[in-house]
Amino acid sequence: MLNYILRRVLLMIPTLAVISVLVFTIIQLPPGDIITSRLLLLQQQGVDVSQEAIEAMRARYNLDDPLYLQYLRWIGGFLQGDLGYSVQFGQSVNHLIWERLGYTLLLTTTATLFAWLVAFPVGVFSALRQYSLLDYVATVLAFLGLATPSFLLALVLMYLGYAWFGIPIGGLFSPEFAAAPWNGSKLIDLLKHLWIPAVVLGTAGMAGLMRVMRANLLDELGKPYVQTALAKGLHPTRLVIKYPMRIAINPFISTVGWLLPHLISGAAITSIVLSLPTTGPLLLESLRNQDMYLAGSFLLMLSTLTVVGTLLSDILLAVVDPRIRYE
Amino acid sequence: MRDPVTNERHGAEPLLEVLDLRVRIERDTGLVHPLNGVSFRIQEGQSVGIVGESGCGKTMASNALLRILPRRAEITHGSMQFRTQAGDRIDLAQLDPMSRRMRQIRGGEISMIFQEPMTAFSPVHTVHDQIAEMIRLHDPGADKEEQHRRVVELLDQVGIPDPEQRAFDYSFQLSGGMRQRAMIAMALASGPRLLIADEPTTALDVTVQARVLKLIERMQRELNLALMLITHDLGVVAHMVSYVYVMYLGRVVEEGPVEAIFDNPKHPYTAALLRSIPNLASKSRRLEPIEGNVPSADRLPTGCPFHTRCTEKVGDICQQRMPARVELSVGHAVSCFRYTEESLDDG
Amino acid sequence: MMTQATPPRVEPDAGPDLAFASQWRLMWLRFRRHRLAMVAGVVLLVLYFGAVFCEIIAPLGAGQRHRSYVLCPPQEVRLVDAAGDFHFRPFLYGVKQRGNPSDWLREYVVDTSVVYPIHFFTRGPEYEMWGLFATNWHLFGADEGAPLFLFGTDELGRDLFTRILYGSRISLTIGLVGVALTFFIGILLGGVAGYFGGWIDIIVQRGIEIIMAIPQLPLWMALSAALPAHWPPLHVYFGITIILSFMGWTGLARVVRGKFLTMRDEDFVVAARLAGTHELKIIFTHLLPSFLSHVITSATLAVPGMILGETALSFLGIGLQDPVVSWGVLLQKAQNFQAVVMAPWLLLPGLFVVFAVLAFNIVGDGMRDAADPYAN
Repeated sequence: MLNYILRRVLLMIPTLAVISVLVFTIIQLPPGDIITSRLLLLQQQGVDVSQEAIEAMRARYNLDDPLYLQYLRWIGGFLQGDLGYSVQFGQSVNHLIWERLGYTLLLTTTATLFAWLVAFPVGVFSALRQYSLLDYVATVLAFLGLATPSFLLALVLMYLGYAWFGIPIGGLFSPEFAAAPWNGSKLIDLLKHLWIPAVVLGTAGMAGLMRVMRANLLDELGKPYVQTALAKGLHPTRLVIKYPMRIAINPFISTVGWLLPHLISGAAITSIVLSLPTTGPLLLESLRNQDMYLAGSFLLMLSTLTVVGTLLSDILLAVVDPRIRYE
Repeated sequence: MRDPVTNERHGAEPLLEVLDLRVRIERDTGLVHPLNGVSFRIQEGQSVGIVGESGCGKTMASNALLRILPRRAEITHGSMQFRTQAGDRIDLAQLDPMSRRMRQIRGGEISMIFQEPMTAFSPVHTVHDQIAEMIRLHDPGADKEEQHRRVVELLDQVGIPDPEQRAFDYSFQLSGGMRQRAMIAMALASGPRLLIADEPTTALDVTVQARVLKLIERMQRELNLALMLITHDLGVVAHMVSYVYVMYLGRVVEEGPVEAIFDNPKHPYTAALLRSIPNLASKSRRLEPIEGNVPSADRLPTGCPFHTRCTEKVGDICQQRMPARVELSVGHAVSCFRYTEESLDDG
Repeated sequence: MMTQATPPRVEPDAGPDLAFASQWRLMWLRFRRHRLAMVAGVVLLVLYFGAVFCEIIAPLGAGQRHRSYVLCPPQEVRLVDAAGDFHFRPFLYGVKQRGNPSDWLREYVVDTSVVYPIHFFTRGPEYEMWGLFATNWHLFGADEGAPLFLFGTDELGRDLFTRILYGSRISLTIGLVGVALTFFIGILLGGVAGYFGGWIDIIVQRGIEIIMAIPQLPLWMALSAALPAHWPPLHVYFGITIILSFMGWTGLARVVRGKFLTMRDEDFVVAARLAGTHELKIIFTHLLPSFLSHVITSATLAVPGMILGETALSFLGIGLQDPVVSWGVLLQKAQNFQAVVMAPWLLLPGLFVVFAVLAFNIVGDGMRDAADPYAN
């Protein structure tokens, strides 16, 4: 078991390394660099920048160094926890990213919980009462959930919230709490705002998980060990909970592996629509402004989140399913 | 005093008596009758063999007995009288399948072991867990230590080496033969009076088969266990049981003491079955399969179910009417038109 | 082991034709029984029909602005007039603004004094059919200058129904083109990895894992930002398609790899090798057909992802842009909360996205059930 974990952790390192190279390459793709777009902005404002000033800025951000050197500098800083300086915002990237990353994590986790809490019982009932009304309704809703892009759902909810209840929906905090220090009421305010994005984000994942649960349970219910347990005289409800459900849940756990990147990705766009202080909107801004170091750092952070999340889910799976431990 | 042929204690009531059992199942293609009027009887401590090819309904019969038929199947007719530990006779067909009473009997008084030991155990629970569960289900008073003691004792009895350790293994860590032994241990953990063995050795290697069969025999003797052995393997039957029921397409076509069936088969199907066994000692070098194929259950032949493949048909009557059961001698009966006139003649 | 000779064989129920039916015919027959999938298939056909013939079906021009009808709500097509009389020819009532024509307090009321009958197979604004030849036939339309806004208009007075139709052409085809690319890359890499194994397999597998580790949308966003802003729309279109396939191929490659791995040691492959068949020929003539149905099913199920991807990117403004019309571009207007509140019909393109994705998912599901030889 320990071996298994160790192996997976060690594998993570080269994976992340390659991802960092990939990300770096991607952020170098757009022609020009942040200086170019800054210049454009300044020129549009009518400010004239001299050639020396341009070159000074270039030197300051090491933009004339060979690529590999820039990469190493970026990565080196990254590993030390220093993500560089954002030209666009005039702040250290750390300051910008960490808080947002925190909220992204919060949102993603809440969405996952929501997805699980709904998908699990509905999936189980769907399988046990196959072809019943509940099953059909659940299947239809699942399909709808899968088909509706999260941002559309967010828009619709925003509209309905306003049209029916007159409340503006968006943001994670009401205006009065936004800059306030943390306390109990701020937490409650957060929770009041959090559930909508969590629901929007979690819906697609929930729909998928529900189908997976249903399919898995149906699969397991047809297996011989269910017959054996029945022949022992076990009550059918207890039987289902103890045996097939226990096994059907395994892929459920491992799907967290794909759910996480999905959610992080979906969180990006949902946050933009709902104006949440998470990584999405900032990523978009930085891309628009070609603040590529900021964008790259974001991308790398998000990828790390994903890789770590997948690792955790694999470990969890090994804990739950002895077959994996012993192979 | 036991009847040497049927092993019946004269005057004793059978442990289990199934009369004219009919089961119907709903398929996409329509209604199908996998059991079309099956009757058999098992005495206490007796081993009975239910023999037939795949599709004859033998597994369906055992499932009906334990009331664990699939969802779209139901018993439409017949009775299954079982004499419980307490001494009362209950018709299992009348019980609600998931009622407490039925669940007590299922596993507690009638136990079953299955063909594929690999898939019969849950892969994510230890063997110990699953056997202890059986003990707990039918002896709620047993505490954890008692359960553990009995699990180890059972595993030892069935011949699993180092039972204290191996009890905590998962089923995939055991070999095929050991898994089957563990399954037998699990089935016997509750002290049942009737063990249904559904193709217990089909999935095992030949050498392992013999050992498992010996084990079953031994457990039977030690526990005075009645055995209902379901199989298509006549060789297994020959060694294990004292009485045989031959089934074809949901009906019993012949029944009798094992020697009578093997030495003097009366029904053409039984005879054909015996002939088809490859036999190195026989003079002819050619295999003798039974002609034709088993008709599918949703298109049952009219009249005698075997007439489509029978080489000894009496006449048109074979496809028009169902032959009645005729007792040829003590304990030996057959359902075939070749014998109906004769038995009338004999008087 | 002593048993009787042959295990009984149960004859298939159907007549002799079924025994010789090809794999595809069998699949089609099974698919046909899946009523929901059939309905979804019809929906898809209708949508694609609309995409192909959008110029004819749309009553107006995609870029045509109707300055007096900015942000007009959807109009009702009627058969019964205000007096309660029935007319065979459907018609619309006129629409006029109430109150002062100041910008945001715009309100439209139905004007029952003006009637605009709808004509079929009429002449309307000119267009270039498929960019090839100019004509001005339309399936239906009203008189010149008459308001015929089935889905309302946007803030520039452009008919939403028309734009949704034109948009379907882009949104629906991006999915197909993207999937075709995915198909190609996925089968190639997955097949090579599964068939040859060894370090090729390891490299491809690690590659897949790495790509799948990066969150999809942020990656797409970053890649889209790399597209030069001055590129002509067609280039952008293909750029986006390539970007979308960039992540899509991984799923397919995995499936293909798995299949190749299990099948390359199958007897029929060994037999082909022994017969001296060239490796590539083995791959294409022997292995590929046996799981083609699964691959096609995977491809069908991948299309929704592409459609959603393009919609998301364009919605964010980093995909396609005006004047190119796609459902995502149309939804861009809805990014503004105020706009949505005032004109909720601007969300209608989203409904079409949902329909298309839903239909593809259902059809894909049906195909999967039909292709599975082990389903009852």
